[in-house]
Amino acid sequence: MSLLSPVTRATLLKDIRLEWRSKDALNSMLFFSLLVVVIFSFSFDPNAEESRQIAPGLIWVAFLFSTVVALNQTWARELRNHALDAYRVSPASPNSLFLAKTLGNFLFVTVLEALMAPLFVVFYNLRSIGPVWQLLLIGVLGTFALVVNGTFFAALSLRTRMREIMLPVILFPVSIPAIQAMVEATHIVLTGEGTARFWIVLLLTYDVVFTTASLALFGLILNAE
Amino acid sequence: MKRTFPILAAVTALLLVFGTYQALVVAPTERTMGDVQRIFYYHVPSAWTAFCLFFLNLVASVIYLIRRNTSADALAVSAAETGVVFCTVVLVTGPLWARPVWGIWWTWDMRLTSTLVLWLIYVSYLLLRRFSDSAQTPVLAAVLAIFGALDVPLVYFSIWFFRTQHPQPVMGGGGSLDPRMLRVFLLNLAVFTLYGALLCWGRYRIEVMRRQVEETRALEALLDDGQAGSSPARSSR
Amino acid sequence: MTGSSNPAAIAVRGLVKQFGRFAALRGVDAEFSVGKFYVVLGDNGAGKTTLLRSLAGLAQPNRGEISILGQTPRQAASLIGYMAHPSLLYDEFSGLENLRYFAQLYGIASDEPCARAIRSVGLDPALARPVGQYSQGMRQRMSLARAILHDPGILFLDEPFSNVDVQSTRGMATLLRGMCDSGKTIFLVTHQATVLEGIADEFVWMRSGLIVARTATLTPPQENA
Repeated sequence: MSLLSPVTRATLLKDIRLEWRSKDALNSMLFFSLLVVVIFSFSFDPNAEESRQIAPGLIWVAFLFSTVVALNQTWARELRNHALDAYRVSPASPNSLFLAKTLGNFLFVTVLEALMAPLFVVFYNLRSIGPVWQLLLIGVLGTFALVVNGTFFAALSLRTRMREIMLPVILFPVSIPAIQAMVEATHIVLTGEGTARFWIVLLLTYDVVFTTASLALFGLILNAE
Repeated sequence: MKRTFPILAAVTALLLVFGTYQALVVAPTERTMGDVQRIFYYHVPSAWTAFCLFFLNLVASVIYLIRRNTSADALAVSAAETGVVFCTVVLVTGPLWARPVWGIWWTWDMRLTSTLVLWLIYVSYLLLRRFSDSAQTPVLAAVLAIFGALDVPLVYFSIWFFRTQHPQPVMGGGGSLDPRMLRVFLLNLAVFTLYGALLCWGRYRIEVMRRQVEETRALEALLDDGQAGSSPARSSR
Repeated sequence: MTGSSNPAAIAVRGLVKQFGRFAALRGVDAEFSVGKFYVVLGDNGAGKTTLLRSLAGLAQPNRGEISILGQTPRQAASLIGYMAHPSLLYDEFSGLENLRYFAQLYGIASDEPCARAIRSVGLDPALARPVGQYSQGMRQRMSLARAILHDPGILFLDEPFSNVDVQSTRGMATLLRGMCDSGKTIFLVTHQATVLEGIADEFVWMRSGLIVARTATLTPPQENA
């Protein structure tokens, strides 16, 4: 926490406290995530061997859906009473805001994943042949990949019409290599066939590249008016 | 400048006809694939042209972010639109080629897959341009173009590695080309690049003119309702 | 031209702001002195809000220069306070919790300036009620407290009295006069100027993106034929 600037820390804590106070988004998102898992289980027969083969894909697609719905909420709170203007008018740097929002989203999505993942394991009788710590690493890197671009593009689509659909429209294409990496890596670890090292490195590279790009360009889009 | 465009257009048209003739009639028939293989003379040059145009879009976007001149933005949107057109040609000719030759509509090979991802990125770019208010559009779009460009090498790496793990038929890239085919290929490559540049330039000119018309209209609207607001008052001492 | 006794608090030169086809500001030139109370008037579409937002650093002009106490608006961020018709506050937090967060954006870590600001607008810092449940008058006063908590030299207010009852409006106007007397520069945009007669130092009249007149009293300028 001490790595973060005071403004980032304050903004992150503010968001956590606000979310805890109202619990609107959290409750509906948790329920939505549960629904997604159930729908997938009905659509892709959990007993079939093929379904267990594609389980990594199912899980990450489910995470992706939940992430997009959650991300749309992110900036909604700042827009309601134009609180974002109060931030922009202050001397606080745009990057602190971006970092705080990204970390907040990361925590939020991780909570959702913590609900969905065990459900998938239970419904699909998943077992990991490879080391579990690798699964956790992939989970962290993959989630961050979706969240960092998601937070950035959510801010970008604030200034567009059809905001809710614009976010997935511009997020999904750019996320394709990351999604492929997450799914492949998860598949490799679950089946224990080969090493996931390449995909993990790709994910890490993706995270570094886009975090840097987001930090470099966030000020531009925040102040585009 | 006024003369150059029509002349260039005429030259390009002639070259296209010539290139088509070469591709469809003169070039030798491929041994295994037959006449279907002639799509290769459109499929690959279109891909190359699309990539060039997308690269042009990236350069124009970066220039816009640095200099903020509207002509750079006009070039960016022109290059993106033209690039998407050529990209679509690649995605359509791909299945047309794959189906008769390999019996499958789609193959997740490097070129086709990366073209698909690029197409998706740039269609989303065009949608963003359409749905944002005109004041901020250039900045937002330029930023998205940069993100797209950063994504491209990652896309290549991920597909390349995936292919090594899960090999699939490669479309028309393997093996060396008969020198006669190579000649026709290079000719069409050059012609398509020229064609792409011409289309982009045409679109650019239309875009610049459109913006000029808008500015003139805005100025007229200003002058119309500005009867009482003629001279701004200076500050009091 | 500025007199030696009153250096310009705000100086604007050739300010142009276009939204696509619509030019909100068409080349505004003006200077405003320190420690005075300016009220900007004009019809909808005159450019008042655009001018205010540009001065506060929220909108980027297409052409022209703005200088706030010799600096750009972004550089002068800690010297600027901003308030608008929306409250720029978080509905779920109490007044003090809101101000505590915004204070962090200005590098203020203690509660004392927050409590002081809340008291100065006539509200109670200990009030635990969330701001969302305030009356409009109370909410605007709390928003004003947020705007002044870092003791800025210049206050930009955009329609602060909208939907506020007459008594609260008069109260706030008197408050602002007091702040102006103690040295702050007030720059206020409003439709309801009558309450400010006798309180403001100068009325700035805008039409079609230009300043057309500046008067000491609330009498509209003579129209040109």
